[in-house]
Amino acid sequence: MSAVPLDSTFAPIGAGRRRKDKLMRGLLGLGTLVALVPLVLVLYYLLKKGLGAVSWHFLSTDPTGNFLGDPGGIKSAIFGTIEMVALASLISIPIGVGVALYLVEYGKKNKFASAVRYFVDVMTGVPSIVFGLFIYITLILSGNFGSFAGWKGSVALALLMLPIVTRSAEVVLLLVPDHLREAALALGAPRWRVVSRVVLPTALPGLVTGSLLAIARAAGETALLLFTAAIVNGTSLNLGQRMNSLPLQIFTDVGQAQDRLVARAWGAALTLVVLILLLTLIARFVSRRSRLT
Amino acid sequence: MEAASISTRRDDRPTFGRSSVARWPDKLLRWGLTALAAAILILIAFFFVRLYIESRPVFSKFGVFGFTFDNNWDVSRSIFGALPLLVGTLVTASVALIIGVPVAIAAALFVTELCPRKARGPLTIMVDLLAAVPSVVYGLWGVFVLIPKLKPAEQWVTDKLHFIPFIGGAAVAGPNYFIGGLILAIMIVPIVSAISREVMATVPADHKEAALALGATRWEMIRMAVLPYSRAGITGASMLGLGRAIGETIAVTLVVGNAPQIGKHLFDQGYTLAAVIANEFGEAANNPLHRAALIAAGLVLFVLTLVVNAAARYFVVRGTRGQRAAPGDAATAAAAAGVGG
Repeated sequence: MSAVPLDSTFAPIGAGRRRKDKLMRGLLGLGTLVALVPLVLVLYYLLKKGLGAVSWHFLSTDPTGNFLGDPGGIKSAIFGTIEMVALASLISIPIGVGVALYLVEYGKKNKFASAVRYFVDVMTGVPSIVFGLFIYITLILSGNFGSFAGWKGSVALALLMLPIVTRSAEVVLLLVPDHLREAALALGAPRWRVVSRVVLPTALPGLVTGSLLAIARAAGETALLLFTAAIVNGTSLNLGQRMNSLPLQIFTDVGQAQDRLVARAWGAALTLVVLILLLTLIARFVSRRSRLT
Repeated sequence: MEAASISTRRDDRPTFGRSSVARWPDKLLRWGLTALAAAILILIAFFFVRLYIESRPVFSKFGVFGFTFDNNWDVSRSIFGALPLLVGTLVTASVALIIGVPVAIAAALFVTELCPRKARGPLTIMVDLLAAVPSVVYGLWGVFVLIPKLKPAEQWVTDKLHFIPFIGGAAVAGPNYFIGGLILAIMIVPIVSAISREVMATVPADHKEAALALGATRWEMIRMAVLPYSRAGITGASMLGLGRAIGETIAVTLVVGNAPQIGKHLFDQGYTLAAVIANEFGEAANNPLHRAALIAAGLVLFVLTLVVNAAARYFVVRGTRGQRAAPGDAATAAAAAGVGG
């Protein structure tokens, strides 16, 4: 019975196959490297060209708008971005979490809920510039609400954030174990208390993570602010007026093709990327502290 | 007899029941949340209708097909045929897919199947970080780094490949379709890679182990167990990337050249649907027809992304539903692995 020699049962892998395996593995590794090259290059150039531009003066003065001399800094842009994104978060996070709560608590299987889910997905795919056009048409072109204003930028950003918040919140809420809900219900808690005292607190870290990622996405958005908040030099704390923002400041400065403005664009880009990376890092940190897996 | 009093008779309030007053917060929550969800549906419908109404002047003047497929975008004479923009969008998006998808899939395969366990987390984070860089920063980088640095390389390629139409024998323009596509490729890599990774994670370990046990090398295991199983999901991921590439605005506006005609070759200046809206919006404020044309371009873009995303969703859902569908396939794949090379 032991007539079959061992080495024919476990025939060694032929040299050709082995070579092909090595080659393909190498190619896949190379592909991964190629994917990371742009990240390294972008960060390298941001640091190289942006660091020189950033200073306290740069962060604390408004753009002057002068054709010659000191172009000024990016204070109004930083303030505008923070204000508009904050208002957008105030609008989109409650609504987004609310819709996700509906989908998870009341609409796991019904048709209406799956339609909502589908259209939230559709919204994820809508280009941001189309959101911008839509807000421009309804809030500016219609003439009822005046001209460009910060709050209109916020509404457009909120539309962009809404599907991101909803989808991430839905995933997290689904992770809340059903036995927690059942235990609370069995103890006689009404549904709204189950939601507010059990489901939401349990899911909180995940909800924060999703919201922060949505905020990070909104902070870098340019196209829709072009049609809604426009651009202005001075700092404004009034969301009813035109408002500057970091991405728009970069966009207009690039278009000017003057060295000192381009330097400001690099500085603003570095500031923006640092801001977004901070948000992303905090989001990761919070999600790691979550008890849900 | 005690039990009978707990039963839920209609006339008599059950012991565990609540008064109707105590129940209204529940109802409020339920209907409030339902109304929120319904508002999303209404919003999207409203969205579409408003865009259509505002773009009607240009559709009634040039016709829907005339607007979309006429090769004539001349602002000074108020003639709007969006074909150059449509072609630009499709060309840049195709370049993005051709470059971006293989790289994204390679990165996904490497992270899920090949790399050491310790490197998995950091590599995933780094690929995902590509998505954290804003569009306008890619644009800035494209204008001041990519365009000047790549120009000699592009010229060299087009000189060497002079026999291929649309690619070879051209005078390279600074900003061009190829640069636009390249920037888009960088931007779609993280999304395509992330979804591909998720789909690949659903490939049952049995299939992979079976392939390896039958003597397949790692690559043969990937080719015969992982790739066939996740093909639908990868297709869906690529379509989502396509949707993203079609709608991307600012980065492309900065590097595509913004010339309203169909470029003669890959390294010629062009325009895209999204770029035209961002770029000509300012000057269109005083010309209602021009403004309507830009909104119509937005509508075409909207419809295009809707179609692409619907298709993507179909593939992704099919890809993950296949989870229990095909136990037989992997066995055949593994069997083939022992023979093939």
